Amino acid sequence: MSAQTPADLPGTGTATAGPAHPVREHEPRGLSQGQIVRRKFFDNTAAVVSLVMFALVFLLAFTSVGFAGIPGWWKYNHTEFLPLIDGGAPTITGPFSWGDHPFGQDSIGRDYFAMTMRGTQNSIIIMFIIGALAGLVGVVVGACSGYFRGWPEAVLMRFTDIIIIIPVVLAAATLGEAVNRFVGPGAQIWLLGLFLGLVLWTGLARLVRGEFLTLREREFVDAAKIAGASNARIIFKHILPNAVGVIIVNTTLLMSSAILLETALSYIGFGVKAPDVSLGLIISQNQEAFQTRPWLFWFPGLFIVLICLCINFIGDGLRDAFDPRQKKFNAARVKDVGEPAAA
Amino acid sequence: MVTYIVRRLVTAVLILLGASFVVYQLTALSGDPLEELRASNAPNRDQLIQARTELLDLNTPAPLRYFGWLAGAAKCLIPFAATCDLGSSIQGEAVTTALLRAMGNTITLVTTATVLAIIIGISLGIITALRQYSGLDYGVTFMSFLFFSLPIFWLAVLLKEFGAIGFNNFLADPEIPASTILVVALASGFIWALFASRSWKRKAVAFVLGAVVAAALLFILELADWFTNPGLGPIVILVTGVGIAFGIVLLTAGLRNRKALSSSLIMVALGLVAYYVVNPILNAATIWMVLAFAALTVVVGLAVGYVLGGYDRGQSMRAAALTGLLMGFLIVVDRFMVTWPSYFNNPRVRGRPIATVGAETPGLDGTFWVNGLDTFTHLLLPTLALLLASLASYSRYSRASMLEIMNMDYIRTARAKGLSERTVVVRHAFRNALIPLATLVAFDIGALIGGAIITEQVFAFAGMGQLFVQALQRTDPDPIMGFFLVAGMLALVFNLVADIVYSFLDPRVRVKA
Repeated sequence: MSAQTPADLPGTGTATAGPAHPVREHEPRGLSQGQIVRRKFFDNTAAVVSLVMFALVFLLAFTSVGFAGIPGWWKYNHTEFLPLIDGGAPTITGPFSWGDHPFGQDSIGRDYFAMTMRGTQNSIIIMFIIGALAGLVGVVVGACSGYFRGWPEAVLMRFTDIIIIIPVVLAAATLGEAVNRFVGPGAQIWLLGLFLGLVLWTGLARLVRGEFLTLREREFVDAAKIAGASNARIIFKHILPNAVGVIIVNTTLLMSSAILLETALSYIGFGVKAPDVSLGLIISQNQEAFQTRPWLFWFPGLFIVLICLCINFIGDGLRDAFDPRQKKFNAARVKDVGEPAAA
Repeated sequence: MVTYIVRRLVTAVLILLGASFVVYQLTALSGDPLEELRASNAPNRDQLIQARTELLDLNTPAPLRYFGWLAGAAKCLIPFAATCDLGSSIQGEAVTTALLRAMGNTITLVTTATVLAIIIGISLGIITALRQYSGLDYGVTFMSFLFFSLPIFWLAVLLKEFGAIGFNNFLADPEIPASTILVVALASGFIWALFASRSWKRKAVAFVLGAVVAAALLFILELADWFTNPGLGPIVILVTGVGIAFGIVLLTAGLRNRKALSSSLIMVALGLVAYYVVNPILNAATIWMVLAFAALTVVVGLAVGYVLGGYDRGQSMRAAALTGLLMGFLIVVDRFMVTWPSYFNNPRVRGRPIATVGAETPGLDGTFWVNGLDTFTHLLLPTLALLLASLASYSRYSRASMLEIMNMDYIRTARAKGLSERTVVVRHAFRNALIPLATLVAFDIGALIGGAIITEQVFAFAGMGQLFVQALQRTDPDPIMGFFLVAGMLALVFNLVADIVYSFLDPRVRVKA
């Protein structure tokens, strides 16, 4: 990708500089697309802050209560029944004085911090599965239908239309029954992510198809064809890198809506089910207690909002970073008479 | 074009057939309809199980059962024969009647929220695009991301807690503590400062003015006991009306257009006269009477604009008709406010007006105005929840679209021609920025009917979403199929509408015939 431009070669800066060309101190260096995107992304404060926040939440959730059999550093887990202390009120008073039950206890004595962390873990796992799976299926379906046109496009797009109008809740409910019948509750969240991923790729497929439809008419694709490149090579080496911005941005946004979808499904009882916990599920179990135990409601909700907000800001930062047309349009400057509008 | 539409419709029917088969199979797999009976201790348990097995035809395998349902549903295609048979729920209610009732409820719930979300979202998007990278832009962007990230069930519980219970407590004893006045005043000042343009001096002035006006307003309202006896009265209506007239003329025609301004102001005066004339008639109002008055107002507005209009009549006519409509709206709002005490003290309401569940107070039998208030208080919270959740996508899309348009060459041409900023923004940029939004709006309207599942669940609103979820919990196939048929059909039709509308609005996009 990053072919060496003359500016990269040592000495070219002075060698080409004749008397007509004044010697420049810093010869402008060519940047690859990846470098431009990275630079733009890390210039975006909101996106970077969100990335850091998300990383912290991720670490907190996965190290505190442990993951996949590896024990965490927190002393309780989400299934132990402990004696209720002080009505289960939260003991957190500051960032470094957590007390015994920082987020309090639920009405039957389970440690709410452990439950919230477990729910956050589940939400993040489901989010990544959905993102990966929906991204993969969406890209493959969209790429094939956009590149090959003709009957593959007709078949794949009609199939997409069928999937789009099937209610997601129904798919999730069917899955819940399948989990009860065929596999244990341990695999529940993985299956839920799998199933939701298999119905949520439709929007991405349409977008990718649109990208491919325009990109396949471009000259570089013709050039590759004349050079004898195979279809697979054209799709993966020539077109896909040009569509990668749209794909990454929309997968990110899909992931943020996936979190909300998962919590909402668990809330109405078709997502993650007890004994496992999900942020939506524990809110639904405890919403009646808002008057007496508001913390049971606040903490899981805050974590949903935090994750979702971070992902959204990251997605927005990626969108800005990938958008080559983005100019800094400034209405105030354009309005000033003295300045040329075409700055 | 006709070939295109016909071909799309034929495809849509095939898609619906395929998807309905899949949905039927998924429903059959999603649970056991006999589960609750198997667990029951009723002495006639076995008969009950057998009865339900026969009712749902459970001995036939699901793929075959589907064709039985399809045969019934196919009869709906015969026009005017009233043979439509979508089956019935386990409780024995025909799905067609249940669907009609649920659809009516859902439409009342989502219409206001959608219309408001579109109007507010697009305005916010346009304003933030014009002030890109300002405090306002960052503020609105953050808020829309925040609302977009809020789980709607969480937001709904918060609204119930603070919007309904808290506000009802306040209404029981309407006394505003000084600290609240201070907070509200500061918040209002902050918002006005955000909206003020870029110089710090102007921002400071806007902050002080906003804060002082808000504080004074709250103080006066409390002194006048407005919260127990609300109302606008002729003076407020007049002042607001004049403000509306100026605002509308500023946006649609520009204040230089004296004819548009005077026709709008005439409509304000006429509205004030109507306030006195119409008020006695409104005692016996019905929804049709109100709509008839609205239509009359538009006609009068158009006529006034036409008579005064002169060279560019269209602008005056539009401004006058809009002003007239909003004046009518003010009069209706005033009328609702005057009815408030009688609603508030109604024995069914018992002084807790803002409802947290349901669509109406059971057994409340009042006039048009009392029932209207009842609907309003029930719809307030779900509408607010839906509005906040859907605001973000509109404001983000319209902002992006407006930014793209403002960088176009024809905008530069328009400025170079010396057009006023208002003309450039409203006529050249705004209209074109709306084109991509037309698709979004069409999609959203298509998804409306089936869309509010969670909100309906939280607010116990007997709409389509609740019909679907309850049927799903009982594994009751016929209501699920009914829901799917309506929602799927609307989604497909509005998908088509979106494509057609787009090709009409943007001549560069042509549909393939």
